[in-house]
Amino acid sequence: MSTTTTPVGAAPARTGRGPWRLVWDQLWAKGAARFGLVTVALLVLLAALAGPLSDLGGWSPEEFDKRAIDPYLGGLPIGDFGGVGTRHWLGVEPATGRDLFARVLHGGQVSLLIAFTATAVVVVTGTLTGIAAGYFGGRTDAVLSRLMDLTMSFPSLIFMISMMSVAKDVNRVVLMTLVIGLFGWPGIARVVRGQTLSLKHREYVEAAKVGGARSWRILSREILPNVSGPIIAYTTLLVPGMIATEAALSYLGVGVRPPTPSWGQMIAESISFYETDPTYFLIPTAFLFLAVLAFTLLGDALRDILDPRGGRS
Amino acid sequence: MAPLLEVEDLKVAFDTPRGTVRAVDGISFSVEAGRTLGLVGESGSGKSVTSLAVMGLHRGAAVTGSIRLHGQELNGLGEKELGTVRGRRAAMIFQDPLSSLHPFYTVGEQIAEHYRVHFKANRKAGRARAVEMLAEVGIPEPARRVDEYPHQFSGGMRQRVMIAMALACEPDLLIADEPTTALDVTVQAQILDLIARIQQERGLGVVMITHDLGVVARVAHEVLVMYGGRAAEQAPVDRLFAQPAHPYTRGLLDSLPRLDDTDDAPLRAIPGSPPSLIAPAPGCSFAPRCARTTAASAEEHARCLAERPVLGPLAPGHQAACHLPLVPEGVL
Amino acid sequence: MILYLGRRLLAAAGILLAVCAITFTIFYLLPSDPAVAACGKTCSPERVAEVKVAMGLDKPVWEQFATYLTGIFAGRDYGSGPSATHCGFPCLGYSYEYSLPVWNLLTDRLPVSVSLAVGASVLWLVLGLGAGVTSALRKGGATDRTLMVLSVGAASLPVYFTSIMLIWGVVRTAGLLPYPAYHAFTENPFTWASNLLLPWIALALLYAAMYARQSRNSMIEAMAEPYIRTARAKGLPPRTVTVKHGLRSGMTPILTIFGMDLGGLLAGAVITESIFGLPGVGRLFYDALVRSDQPVILGVTLLAAAFIVAANLLVDLLYAYVDPRVRY
Repeated sequence: MSTTTTPVGAAPARTGRGPWRLVWDQLWAKGAARFGLVTVALLVLLAALAGPLSDLGGWSPEEFDKRAIDPYLGGLPIGDFGGVGTRHWLGVEPATGRDLFARVLHGGQVSLLIAFTATAVVVVTGTLTGIAAGYFGGRTDAVLSRLMDLTMSFPSLIFMISMMSVAKDVNRVVLMTLVIGLFGWPGIARVVRGQTLSLKHREYVEAAKVGGARSWRILSREILPNVSGPIIAYTTLLVPGMIATEAALSYLGVGVRPPTPSWGQMIAESISFYETDPTYFLIPTAFLFLAVLAFTLLGDALRDILDPRGGRS
Repeated sequence: MAPLLEVEDLKVAFDTPRGTVRAVDGISFSVEAGRTLGLVGESGSGKSVTSLAVMGLHRGAAVTGSIRLHGQELNGLGEKELGTVRGRRAAMIFQDPLSSLHPFYTVGEQIAEHYRVHFKANRKAGRARAVEMLAEVGIPEPARRVDEYPHQFSGGMRQRVMIAMALACEPDLLIADEPTTALDVTVQAQILDLIARIQQERGLGVVMITHDLGVVARVAHEVLVMYGGRAAEQAPVDRLFAQPAHPYTRGLLDSLPRLDDTDDAPLRAIPGSPPSLIAPAPGCSFAPRCARTTAASAEEHARCLAERPVLGPLAPGHQAACHLPLVPEGVL
Repeated sequence: MILYLGRRLLAAAGILLAVCAITFTIFYLLPSDPAVAACGKTCSPERVAEVKVAMGLDKPVWEQFATYLTGIFAGRDYGSGPSATHCGFPCLGYSYEYSLPVWNLLTDRLPVSVSLAVGASVLWLVLGLGAGVTSALRKGGATDRTLMVLSVGAASLPVYFTSIMLIWGVVRTAGLLPYPAYHAFTENPFTWASNLLLPWIALALLYAAMYARQSRNSMIEAMAEPYIRTARAKGLPPRTVTVKHGLRSGMTPILTIFGMDLGGLLAGAVITESIFGLPGVGRLFYDALVRSDQPVILGVTLLAAAFIVAANLLVDLLYAYVDPRVRY
């Protein structure tokens, strides 16, 4: 590896982008993390460019193609592997002939969008409550900790499903993001609270306090930067859970409503075709699997690097 | 009579992603029954690694050299054979008694469990032994406290429990790795006195690992000063304090606050930081921080930076690894 | 101890009450109309209004909540006059869809869900903890890497995919097992188990993968504790060091997760039960979703909350037993 004579534990000579450069180097050095990183980048790119890429494929996600299906076979796609070919790159949906390439990309857009926003909601709420509980202590801590206990006592998946099912005329994507976010925050809040508690009495924080710095300044300048490592690792590990939850809700029919595609919703529609048209079932499943896998691998690696207590000694 | 413990040319190396760390690089010493060797150095000097290697407790490290207890070679023994030595003939106590004791088991259980293993004793005998040991280390009401858990003891009492545990099987050698660092000053003295008392009663050989020269002055007979994984100086304790030959030892002594200091005299710290153990410089590892190297002639300066000093005798029992030892006039 | 138990029970009751209130409020606030749902789509506005009165939906929310709460303990009547239906203790509401009190529906379905959850949890504990501990003790080796690659992969597979593949492979293609149906344990333990085997595997695979990863981390952390070094320094046999000193502290954190997971599953594994067609609480819930049967949805939600709160309470009590530092 490196042949520099930097003593163990000493900060690298590079400053500024130094620490992040180091994280990147360590990340890239691990095969699994590299795979996760590349796959995540690829999936995000595919989802972000869903529109232009579908145009390239020649089909929009809601466009029917009656010529790609066989009406005498119950609307099954014409051709091998669910109609995979030059006309439809990943084949078509049975009965409608909608282009799977376009649909799986647009579905990814919806799935990832919901997962990312829900994660953002969770991280912001969790970090704020965690820091507040840890830093202010006393009554604030007691109330917030009770709230965390209470939230964790909710049967989250069942509760999410019931909330999604009783709510009728609302924006499904926004509601789903909020509902998923609502139950996720206590986990990260506890991590941040613990970290804040241990940082609170460090010399440099005490020094800032003695120096007359305001709470806000101490929180943003001294505490937040020092809990950011675990937060980033934890955030990455939250994403796969969010993707899976979105998929589960849409699979159960209480998430994204057709014709808007999402991976879970596509799997739900395709599951009855698993024998007659396996391609149709496998394509969204494979995307979902890859996304969850890649984020997990990346998150694991980041946690090992940024929060060594969580698994590596 | 052969010494109790003989360590010869001990080297311990770890592989890390950044390179091989030579934590201990050629250390030799011996301990006789009834004597105490002080192993001194700052953190990262290799003193704790040395003690772990003697007990075979290093993990994933390459250990070379010879470690003989009662003449029996320990280096290279498997976990199973080491099991008959550890706890039984050589015991160890650690710096932080709270985390070194298992939080889920009573102190009695922890004192007795290896006694039962080593002496094939039953539970009842084990328990009786635990009470006896607690009494010996000066814990009041041993018969009651034997059933309490480590978190119910104070810091000093916990270290007494550790000592009781270490001595339960009557070992010949006790390795104490910074046993008083985590304790209050008054409690420190009590623990050191306890170790000294038991040592006298039982004729224990003791290796006292510490960064605190005050501890060394109190309990050690011989002292080995380590720097960067190597021996810097070895001497009987009185000699070392009176006539330190290695500039590093001198620096350590100077950095102690003294009673005769005036109130506003600054503490004299050694400038610089410990050396790299991954890619050690070719010469003396202390040279970059050494005032004598800086002040030396160009030729001597170059020698310090290029040639590694080896331990050389200065007086009976007194050795230093230095090209420019501090020698009082009239000695040589 | 008694005092501690009393305090914890009181806290658990408080949490349940809060969950109940929040659930009730959210159901009330969200734009939906249970009266229309109960009456059916072809109902005339007059009929809907009647149903509303019969269901007590014309009253303010706090009053409805109070009625619901007292109903749980004292039972209540739905409607009035000769058409009134009595719903006895513990009344969690009345399903117009099934014309049965929710409680009866739940107790009917509960044995299925409990069988599923308990069997699967035994399987995943054995597999997951076994793999995790093995991995931790061989950290960095080939076994560790293989097991961890398998667990990350298995944890990323959605449960509906695993279920479908099991049905396809074991039932449809190989014909080794019948398509799962529920048979009571008391009827024939063997039929009970062989029918539940596939759902158990489908659920357990996912959880085993997660537990393998968790228990590996936790075990590695435990084995790095200074007291493990002490145990080795005492000359204890390696087995004793691992099992007595490492395992006990390494597995303690798993207890918390297990309580939550088992508690959540006891009230129904919605997806697994639906795919395998098992008539459990999860299936009941799924059907209620499709039919907008709100009393059932509310009832299942509360049941699930009750299980989670109970599981947490149990875990806390166990903790106090396992870890002497926990004070009563």
